[in-house]
Formats: sequence, C-alpha cells, structure tokens
Amino acid sequence: MSDTPFVAVEGLHFARGDKDIFRGVDLAIPRGGITAIMGPSGSGKTTLLKLVGGQLTPDAGRVLFDGRDVHRQSRKALFAMRRRMGMLFQSGALFSDLDVFENVAFPLRVHTDLPGAMVRDLVLMKLEAVGLRGARDMLPAELSGGMARRVALARAIALDPELILYDEPFVGQDPISMGVLVQLIKRLNQALGLTSVIVSHDIKETLTIADYVYVIADGQVMAHGTPQGLDVDRDPRVSQFVHGEPDGPVPFHYPAVDYFTDILSSGGGR
Amino acid sequence: MMSRVLRLGRFGCELFEALGRAGIFLAQSAVGLPSREGWYLWLRQMHFVGVLSLAIVLVSGLFIGMVLALQGYTILVDFGAEQALGQMVALSLLRELAPVVAALLFAGRAGSALTAEIGLMKATEQLSSMEMIGVDPLRRVVAPRLWAGFVALPLLTVGFSVVGIYGGYLVGVDWLGGFAGSYWGNMQASVEFVADVGNGMVKSLVFALVVTWIAVFQGYDLVPTSEGISRATTRTVVYSSLAVLGLDFVLTAVMFGGLA
Amino acid sequence: MKRSKTMELGVGLFMLAGILGLVFLGLRVSGLTLEAPGETFRLEANFANIGGLKPRARVTMAGVTVGRVAAIDLDTDWYDARVVLELDADLEDQLPRDTTAAILTAGLLGEQYVGLSVGGDPETLADGDSLRDTQSAIVLEELIQQFVSNMVSD
Repeated sequence: MSDTPFVAVEGLHFARGDKDIFRGVDLAIPRGGITAIMGPSGSGKTTLLKLVGGQLTPDAGRVLFDGRDVHRQSRKALFAMRRRMGMLFQSGALFSDLDVFENVAFPLRVHTDLPGAMVRDLVLMKLEAVGLRGARDMLPAELSGGMARRVALARAIALDPELILYDEPFVGQDPISMGVLVQLIKRLNQALGLTSVIVSHDIKETLTIADYVYVIADGQVMAHGTPQGLDVDRDPRVSQFVHGEPDGPVPFHYPAVDYFTDILSSGGGR
Repeated sequence: MMSRVLRLGRFGCELFEALGRAGIFLAQSAVGLPSREGWYLWLRQMHFVGVLSLAIVLVSGLFIGMVLALQGYTILVDFGAEQALGQMVALSLLRELAPVVAALLFAGRAGSALTAEIGLMKATEQLSSMEMIGVDPLRRVVAPRLWAGFVALPLLTVGFSVVGIYGGYLVGVDWLGGFAGSYWGNMQASVEFVADVGNGMVKSLVFALVVTWIAVFQGYDLVPTSEGISRATTRTVVYSSLAVLGLDFVLTAVMFGGLA
Repeated sequence: MKRSKTMELGVGLFMLAGILGLVFLGLRVSGLTLEAPGETFRLEANFANIGGLKPRARVTMAGVTVGRVAAIDLDTDWYDARVVLELDADLEDQLPRDTTAAILTAGLLGEQYVGLSVGGDPETLADGDSLRDTQSAIVLEELIQQFVSNMVSD
C-alpha cells in the first residue's frame, strides 16, 4: 500500500437545491483495500459515488483519482478515466435489451477491437467468476435480483478496472445471495488486486469484509477507522449506527410539535 | 403585484434554461452516428419507430383519403365540379393532412414510446451505468433514436399520402362512379411536384425533428420515478401536438400564404 | 450485437416503399415525366387574355396531350400574354403554319389548357415559330356582359 491514496476526496461540498448534502467531506481511499462508506439512509452515499465517478460536479472541493482531479478533465479524458473504474449500481442497471452475454461483452465491444472468439473467452471467464456462465442466454428481466447484481459485477470487471465502486450491493438480497455477494466481493478484490469502495448501510456484512470504514452523517465524516475500532467507539452516534439501536442521537421521531398539543388541537383538517 | 412580476420573471428564466438545455442536448446528440455499430443501432430504431408505426399510419391514411373523397364529392357535385375531386384530395393530403396527421400519430405511437423507453433506462440507472462504462448515452441511446425519427416520419408521410390518394380513388371513382381519367388528370394538372409534394416533405422533416427531439429530451430529462415517466410521456404527446399544429400554421403561411 | 435478418429486411422494405411512394407522388400525382428534355420543341403564341392558364398546363390536339405550357410572360410590345408551348418533338415540322391555339376549360370549373387545331397550309412550323391565330380564354364576366347587352338591344 503506497502512501498517496488512490482516491482522495478533499473538502467536498455539494448541495441539491436548497439542501446541503455534503459540507466538507474528506476521504482517503488507499490502493488495494476494501473501503466501506456507511451512513444512514438519505445521507447521500450514492451521490458520493457519482461525484467520484464524475457524473456530478461538486460545488467546492475536489476528487483526485490516481492523483488527477476528476472534475478538471476534458469529456474525453473523463471517459478514458472511467474505463479504469467499474461501478456496480444498486439495481444492477443491466441493459434490458441485451442478454446476459451481451451485457458483459458490452464494455469489451465498445472499448476494444478484440476478435469475436477472444471476446467470448473473456466474457465466459468473467461470468465463470460470478458463477453465472450457465445463464449467458437469459435476458435481464428473467434474472433474480441477486443474479442481476452478479451479472452487473461481471460487467463491471470486464475491462479489468483498478477501482470498483459498489452502490448498496446488499440491499434487498436474501441471506444466501447476500453471502454469495460478500464472498464474491472479497474474493475478487484479492484475486484481481482491485481497490473497492462499498457504499452500504448493511453494517454486519460490510464490516466483515471492509479494511477501513468511514461513517457519514449530516454531510460530514462522523467517524472513521478499522471495523474493530468502530465497534468499540464511544461516540453515541457511531455506536447507535454500528449497533443498530432504534433511538439515540438520531431520533426515532421525525421532528414534530408536541404529541399532546397535536392531538388536542382539533382545528379541523389534518 | 411585485410578486407576480417576479414569478413571471422566474418562469421566463426557467423556460429559457430548459430551451437552452434542450438545444445543447440536441447539438450533442446529433453528431453521434458515424461508426458501423451506430449504423446498426439506427437500423434497430428505424424498425421500432418506422416499421412498427407503418400499420397505424397507413390505415389512418386510407380512411382519411376515403372521407375526404366522400365529403368532397357531395360538396363538389353541387357545383358540377366533381371532376376536381382528385385535385382536392391530393392537394389537401400532400400540403396539409399527411404531414400533420402522420406527425400527430407518430407522436402518439413512437414519441411516447421513446420517452418511456429512455425514461425507464434512466430510472433503472442504465444511462448512468453506460456513462460509467465510458460510453456517452447521448451518442449511444439518444442519437440513433433522433436520427431514426428524423428519417422515418417523412417516409411514413409519403405512405400516408399515397394510401390516402388511393383511398380517395376507391371512394370517388370505384364507389361513387366518378371518371378515373379526370381524377388523375385534374390531379396531375394541378399538383406541382416541388411546390406541393416538396413543401409537404419539408413540413414533414421539420415535424419529424421537433417531435423526436421533444420525445427523447423528455425521456432524458425526466424525474426518474414511475410518476415522472408517466408525466413525461404525457408531456411528449401534448407538447409535440401543440408544436406540430403551431409550426404547421407558420410553415403554411410561409409556403402557401405568400409570406416571405 | 446480435443481428436479426427479418428486422433488417423490414427496414429495407420500409425505406424502399417510402422511396417508391415518393416516385409515385412524382409521376402519377404530380404528372412529372421521365422523358429526357430535348425531345421537345418550342412554339410561341400571343393571347389577348389567358384567363387562369398556368405554367405546366396541358397542350392538347384533338383531346390528346401533346405538350405543356413552358412559360407565360407579358409581351411589352403588344401588352398581351406571350405563352411558350413545349411540344413533342414528333410534331416538329409537321404542324401547318396556320395552326390555331385556343385556351379551353375542362368542364365548367376545371383546369384551363391550350387546344391546338390544324389548318391547311403546306408550310410547317419549326422550333421557335409563333402561332398567329389564337383564341383567348373565355372570361365569364365578359360572356355575361355580352349576353346582357344583346338582350337589351333586342
């Protein structure tokens, strides 16, 4: 692991409409590890990935990918940079008009001039890695959620990227496919020497594979450290999140007027 | 009072911002068709927006031609001018009805489908993931659809005219017993290829651009939820219809109204 | 990308049909002819009044179309209308010199066209010659005026 981080986020500010999503976020993601970014729902984790991928532009601050500012690249250079990144979307985002094989072959076809036989070999290799070589002729609509995500993973690694961004990889999965995905992410990271960034709020699964964890809340980094370190963190907000307690610094109730006053005021309507 | 002026101002700014976005969108999309792959994507969209719209356009054309002949015959026969039927049917179809009605049908059949398709691709993050793979969705998804619509609608309009004129012949000659020679003869004497067929084609090209542009832009720009998709689909049909009818008046005034 | 032959065929047929449709609109509906230019010759005829005659109107002889009106302009020497007729080359040096041209109307409200009728002169018309004897279009108002004044004088 080198000293300069592979991906560095510095002083990131981003607002959508009147709502501040990030108010000065700093992250350093080292090469070769699995970094988890966690936080409650609505804390803008997906937005963060889109900022890293250059799909959104920050209001202030910068994102460095391998030492270069993602948002100061020409359109062409940005697309070239993205070939070194893979991203696994929450829904899988498979192209619905292409079958599994063509979905995985897509990045190869648009970015390389490899002959058909070689594309076939590569696609089958990637599909074998996610255990879905047998499903190559199926259409995305015929796949279960977990399978779709594995195909999307095969597509994300088709061009052998250096960085993979996972957006909520465990959401809505049954325990078996969740276990499969956890193992897969871990294995791929080791076997291919990737740098992985996982955005998730599934604490248990994420903590088992992450090397380093950032917890984001209220637009800022609330805590960071190794999974073991966070587990014993004394900050009540961190401990509430990591241990999944229903009430604490993040209240159970959405802000409202006092319950009794609300019940007793019979001013008609709602 | 002040607040109303303010609101009007904000509305104006938003309108121009949207128009600007749509313009940049069109400029960025229109350039994307050179590769062989792009050509094949265009072919697929031609099938989708062109071939699959053929049936509805041709059937409508046939009926409109037949109705024109039936209505026209009963009026013209009062003036003893039923031999001018062919001329009337052909000119109304070529100059006005074929470009406009085909464009309206196209907006309903193909335009709304384009919006929903692109919108669904946006909602399921397919456009984002394409961007992350390093492929520009404007060139890969939008450009083939834009160009296919631009080529398909004029061809559909030609089909509409041909079938409509033949439908007029069926009613005017075969059914009502007009004279075939005067149906075609009067038509040929009064229809000018450049002024009538040509101007109708120009209209159709303009409508094709506008309808497809609205459809793909609405799809690309929508709020990616199921409600957003349904609203954008409706907007496509409403905006396209208004744009077609409004532009039709302007174009007619310029082409046939002696303006400019 | 998988290629589907039926789809390619469908689009091909669609485009072919569109182009054929345009050809149909040109030939059958607009009455364009594929005959190459140069197979025609031109005659001029001056009319006192052409009524509603338009360029590209038919020129007929005994009801058979033999050509078209090529151009209409005002002859400033005589202040009448000079009509250029474009006729089939077969008729070049065939028509007698005293051939007459009349502007006729197809039906009561139909389009106007030029009707030619032959005379008996042994000399024939060549390219660029003029027809001397012409009969103007019938203008309905003039006709009614004549009719009314005849009634009054009776």
